[in-house]
Amino acid sequence: MGMTITEKILAAHAGKDMVRPGELLNAKLDIIMCHDVTTPPAVSMLEKRGMDSVSDPEKIVVIPDHFVPNKDIKSAELAKRLRDWVKRHNIPNYYEVGRNGVCHAVLPEDGWVLPGRTIVCGDSHTCTHGALGAFSTGVGSTDLAAAIYSGELWFKVPESIKFVLGGTLADGVYSKDIILEIIRRIGVDGANYMAMEFTGPVIDALSVEARMTISNMAIEAGGKSGIINPDDKTIAYVRERSSDDFTVYTSDPDAEYARVMEIDCAELEPLVAFPHLPSNGRKAKDSTDVKIDQVYIGSCTNGRIEDLRIAANILKGRKIAGGLRCIVVPASTKVWKQANAEGLFDIFTEAECVVSSPTCGACLGGWMGVLAAGEKCLSTTNRNFVGRMGSPESEVYLASPATAAATALTGYITDPRDFLQ
Amino acid sequence: MRGKAHVYGRAHINTDEIIPARYLVTDDEAELAKHAMEDLDAGFVEKVSPGDFIVAGDDFGCGSSREHAVWALRGAGIACVIAESFARIYYRNSVNNGFPAVECKEITKSVADGDELDIDLEGGSIRNLTKGTEFSFVPIPGFVFDIANAGGLLEYIKKG
Repeated sequence: MGMTITEKILAAHAGKDMVRPGELLNAKLDIIMCHDVTTPPAVSMLEKRGMDSVSDPEKIVVIPDHFVPNKDIKSAELAKRLRDWVKRHNIPNYYEVGRNGVCHAVLPEDGWVLPGRTIVCGDSHTCTHGALGAFSTGVGSTDLAAAIYSGELWFKVPESIKFVLGGTLADGVYSKDIILEIIRRIGVDGANYMAMEFTGPVIDALSVEARMTISNMAIEAGGKSGIINPDDKTIAYVRERSSDDFTVYTSDPDAEYARVMEIDCAELEPLVAFPHLPSNGRKAKDSTDVKIDQVYIGSCTNGRIEDLRIAANILKGRKIAGGLRCIVVPASTKVWKQANAEGLFDIFTEAECVVSSPTCGACLGGWMGVLAAGEKCLSTTNRNFVGRMGSPESEVYLASPATAAATALTGYITDPRDFLQ
Repeated sequence: MRGKAHVYGRAHINTDEIIPARYLVTDDEAELAKHAMEDLDAGFVEKVSPGDFIVAGDDFGCGSSREHAVWALRGAGIACVIAESFARIYYRNSVNNGFPAVECKEITKSVADGDELDIDLEGGSIRNLTKGTEFSFVPIPGFVFDIANAGGLLEYIKKG
């Protein structure tokens, strides 16, 4: 009987020929990523227990992103603890502010994500890297500490749920709309504990960046991971960024899935996930009575260069609605520089948007656009729970960069197809 | 384990609600405890006595991986969370801290806010002393006890 890509990667990293869902194993880790919020507690835990060592510094990638450049004294102290730890253990892969970005944007960009690798980070959106055919999952600080100390972690082999995305995406409909629809259909715990595997002609046709948006939000359906079998696009992407060896695993034709769900993407329209669950998707065109105070374009979900180009294309030569703020946050230093070089910042600033340095920023209510009571923000981020972006009496609506840009122009939730030629 | 139940019957009590991001600038458990469940129930911290329980609906702890959620609840005095089901990362975080997370279907239908409960972790049962009812829960895997008995995941894996 065949195995899924997820089972194969875990088996290979646990020294087994075969694994079945439900099995517990210890898997060796290829990459352990660390950011400024969840790593300092992990380091403190190790110090307190006389375990302040690092199994393999070369496998650790440190990318401060949540509260940097630091928003207050306590955040500065967290960042300093992280920096001090890096120095103490001579960890070579450290991305200081000025080279950094949102960790899930920088990691694949800089060639750390390769097919067949196992990747963990103290962050729920680590599932993003499944888009390149890696087993990639989020963990908490204790697991992160264990990973740093030992270079491996315990896992329960997940069942897999397969999504077959057929048809063709219409103009104005993007990968963000696909994943919002999937979450709408299965619910925020519809894939709980499971590996979500995204396949089909629509996936094949998507760019690597667009695929990352889908994998990124696997956690919003409760998924342990969100994986896409590598193809030529995957290989081309990673080869431009890394000369390291890697192994391509793909799901066997007779692999077993707990569930297979087919989605006709030709039917999809631009969606907005209303407060306060990512599953609360409604059509943008039916939601035009909702007045928006702030539009936020950024995050590990949709802050990459393709996302900014899409937004800029709609904003070009126009100004955002009076009384509305639009905050653009390129997800990494590389994206920032590229957007600048392409003239996108001129478009954004002419439109009266704000352009930020790369950071997680307001996505989690950190800074760079936190909301007051009664305010509504439409954002390209991934989560809209109560209080996510600030006041518990504020509201967050999730959408694609195109929908966000269109909304910024009118001041109300807007279907981006109104602005596409 | 014996204590009072604080019932949050809704599904998807998420980690942004358990401990908002504005408090993630600290990892001090006593500090985090002051703000546990703040946006969901401003009176939570005041009304919890050490040894009390949370009873919750499906998918408890969903969303962000912040382990601060476990620390905030434990610091506030909660001895155990009993939920109809748990989100994955929260469940791991709970296990890794040796902080009991008990999965019990239909629990929110059988327990009212303020009921006195007695939980037998190894035996796998919960007695509602106020209502005089008893039910069993999903057996806790052996390795979860191993981690708890060691004092947490790090103690469990420590070499030498």
